[in-house]
Amino acid sequence: MSTTLLVVQILNGLQLGVLLFLIAAGLTLVFGVMDFINLAHGVQYMLGAYLAVAFYGVTGNFLAALVLALAAALAFGLLLEFVVFRQLYGRDHLDHVIATFGIILFLNHGVKMIWGAAPLSLPMPELLSGSVRLADGLLYPVWRLVVIAAGLAVAAALYVLVAHTRIGMLVRAGATNAAMVSALGVDIRRLFMIVFGFGAMLAGFAGIMIAPILSVEPGMGDTVLILAFVVIVIGGIGSIRGAFLAALLIGLVDTLGRSFAVDILRLVMGPSPARTVGPAIASMLIYLLMAVVLYVRPTGLFPARGR
Amino acid sequence: MVQVSSASTAPTPAQARGTLAAEALPLGIFLVLAVLPLVALSMGGSYLVSLGARVMIFAIAAVALDLLVGYGGLISFGHAAFIGLGAYAVGILAAHGIGDALIALPAALALSALYAFLTGIVCLRTSGVYFIMITLAFGQMAFFTATSLAPYGGDDGLTIAARSTFAGLALIKNERAFYYLVFACLLGSYLFCRALVVSRFGRVLRGAKDNPLRMAAIGFNVYRFQLAAYVIAGTLGGLSGFLLANATEFVSPAYMSWQRSGELIVMVLLGGLGTLNGAIIGTAAYLLTEEWLSGFTENWKVIFGPVLVLVVLFARGGLIGLWSELQRRLRGG
Amino acid sequence: MVEPVLRLANLHKKFGALVVTDDVTLEVLPGELHAVIGPNGAGKTTLINQMSGLLTSDSGTISFGGRDITPAPMHARAALGLARSFQITSILPRFSALENVALAVQARIGSSFRCFGRAADEAALNEPALAALADVGLAERAHANAATLSHGEKRALELAIALAMQPKLLLLDEPMAGTGREEGARLVGVLQRLKGRFPVVLVEHDMTAVFALADRISVLIYGRILASGKPADVRADPRVVAAYLGDEME
Repeated sequence: MSTTLLVVQILNGLQLGVLLFLIAAGLTLVFGVMDFINLAHGVQYMLGAYLAVAFYGVTGNFLAALVLALAAALAFGLLLEFVVFRQLYGRDHLDHVIATFGIILFLNHGVKMIWGAAPLSLPMPELLSGSVRLADGLLYPVWRLVVIAAGLAVAAALYVLVAHTRIGMLVRAGATNAAMVSALGVDIRRLFMIVFGFGAMLAGFAGIMIAPILSVEPGMGDTVLILAFVVIVIGGIGSIRGAFLAALLIGLVDTLGRSFAVDILRLVMGPSPARTVGPAIASMLIYLLMAVVLYVRPTGLFPARGR
Repeated sequence: MVQVSSASTAPTPAQARGTLAAEALPLGIFLVLAVLPLVALSMGGSYLVSLGARVMIFAIAAVALDLLVGYGGLISFGHAAFIGLGAYAVGILAAHGIGDALIALPAALALSALYAFLTGIVCLRTSGVYFIMITLAFGQMAFFTATSLAPYGGDDGLTIAARSTFAGLALIKNERAFYYLVFACLLGSYLFCRALVVSRFGRVLRGAKDNPLRMAAIGFNVYRFQLAAYVIAGTLGGLSGFLLANATEFVSPAYMSWQRSGELIVMVLLGGLGTLNGAIIGTAAYLLTEEWLSGFTENWKVIFGPVLVLVVLFARGGLIGLWSELQRRLRGG
Repeated sequence: MVEPVLRLANLHKKFGALVVTDDVTLEVLPGELHAVIGPNGAGKTTLINQMSGLLTSDSGTISFGGRDITPAPMHARAALGLARSFQITSILPRFSALENVALAVQARIGSSFRCFGRAADEAALNEPALAALADVGLAERAHANAATLSHGEKRALELAIALAMQPKLLLLDEPMAGTGREEGARLVGVLQRLKGRFPVVLVEHDMTAVFALADRISVLIYGRILASGKPADVRADPRVVAAYLGDEME
């Protein structure tokens, strides 16, 4: 097990972690403040990627595509909120699950119809497309570092927003007790809209940033969605801090687990069983982690509503 | 209808009539299912018969899920895992030359029951969205375990040489014979669940759905009852899986994807939650629609997605709810 | 020395920095109706929640019939005969009043893992349930859906459910809350008829009811027991009058 590989995988894990955080942040707020389970958050992420590809095709410029795609993603998110989600607040969680499941079907097949099933790619800006030498023999793609930096910047900005602004205070209050916030005279509808739109934008942003690295295809949001839910469940619903810590944890555990599971298992069993069992354990690792956390803390590590 | 909420005195004549009318639906369903193969002879032939069998196989899992979701209020997003486990029990045993149902069926049931028990112990400590997520997680665990079983096909799945034999006899090789085996399993599962929901056990489960705090306050250890229901539902899922493996003579991790678990919930909701009949009707509606529309375009779900949203917004009681509403309006109520 | 039915010893409970139960020691004697009074926010419901097992105390012990139940969960205490009603009505809205009570009977009788037979038709469950409903004056509403009952009827239903458990101790958390004068008086009548059958802990704001029913009264102020004893003594206690009763009795 070389140190270079370890460092690379740790960085990859951080990158996955910040990506998950960008998605989980919106998800946990929407659930925490509006008590709304939004399975469609994953397709929001996918849509960001597709819109970026589309706008890049028109403008030929990554930055322009980024800005336009963000705006379009925000607009679409608000449209969804207005047309569908608004009717479902206060309803049974099952209703949320089924309705947003329907939206997943609609969008997954919708993008397939518009853009085809073949994976698309989004070229990253020339300037940031190379690799940088972090240490002797350790080359790491610049873009991945950009993603990590962007994610941490957003996390910092969110922290400032949530902890030190009035709107952030309302969001935190709403996550703890929405009925009370409404009773205190705050326009809860507008608050919901802002929370939802912001979350949609974050997910879209994640999709745009990751598009140059991953392939953009229908259903790309599904796996990420599940991971994001695991993050918010472990982190505790309604908590940005919890989402951040859990996202980094999951990113690292998943990446390092997949890279080193076989090697680690080889220490306790023969190479052949390790190679069979290893990949299975690696894919299950985060679910096992979630099961353990929920067994000990049935409402996650830092739930907004307290235990 | 099995939605229980009212009187416990002996049925009055009006109620007795109502009971017969209420039973008309399940009687009708099972009558149609019973004669389908005979009718099919003159029409699509074995295609209709195997389609019917497929509907019934998933209906078994859907009825079990309705028990959990509709009656117990436990939204399990990992139910497909039990179907997959039952199927893989058959597949793995077959890969080792054991093709007899007398071994494969108990194995399938035992495996899904065990998985339901072990995962249920953890899941039922949570509630709400945490419960949904953790059932999803355990479903994913089963899925990923299956994809990594390289000797048993991994991602690509595993073909089964032949259908299960019964004490060496190839009893279900014939499509019609298999169909009636599935029919018997569905009928049995349905009747069992019906008895269950009105029994003492079922009442505790239904009460816990309404108000778990109140149930604990009168002395019920709700956890135990929900765990028992979870294991029962999982075992029935395993039965469904055993039959599915035999129907397709193929097992694949796709049987336990979370999308499949989602589809199962949709099937129950589409028919009408908490009615048991709805689970069967909803499964039929979903699978038949899928069969019909995918003949036109592989993107039929682009339409189905918004339909689901509309169902949730305006037809929450599913097809049975719509039917009752229609009857009410026709009667001028 | 009479063995108390319920004994709370040095109970403590904090929510963050707020102390809601401050070294509470209290005894409930057999057959007595023991009222717990105090201003809003004194921690009365929190105390009942700790007694019934809904909340875990930070420290201290609770014993029931001589047996330590401090670690026992709510359903275990209920199975031992500790029944409670809730301040905010907690019933099963989709069941009839009869089934609400019959379930309490079922919990007591057992065999609840039975998977066959129609529970709703069982006379063994329905007859005791109807008796409990009659006790609280709800016999005619037995088959009504619980959600359709009036507020006062729902409070009575809560009481009937508790009675059906054949409790060894009954905890009543503001049973009169939100009831009008007539329904309130009716409930007092019901409670008077039940007096002596089993010990009762009654949390109430309605002073007329409290002084009409209580054998002993404990006064809870800011989570502490200020005074405890016979109604006449408590009423006359200057500390109690200053802290609470002075305002209430005006």
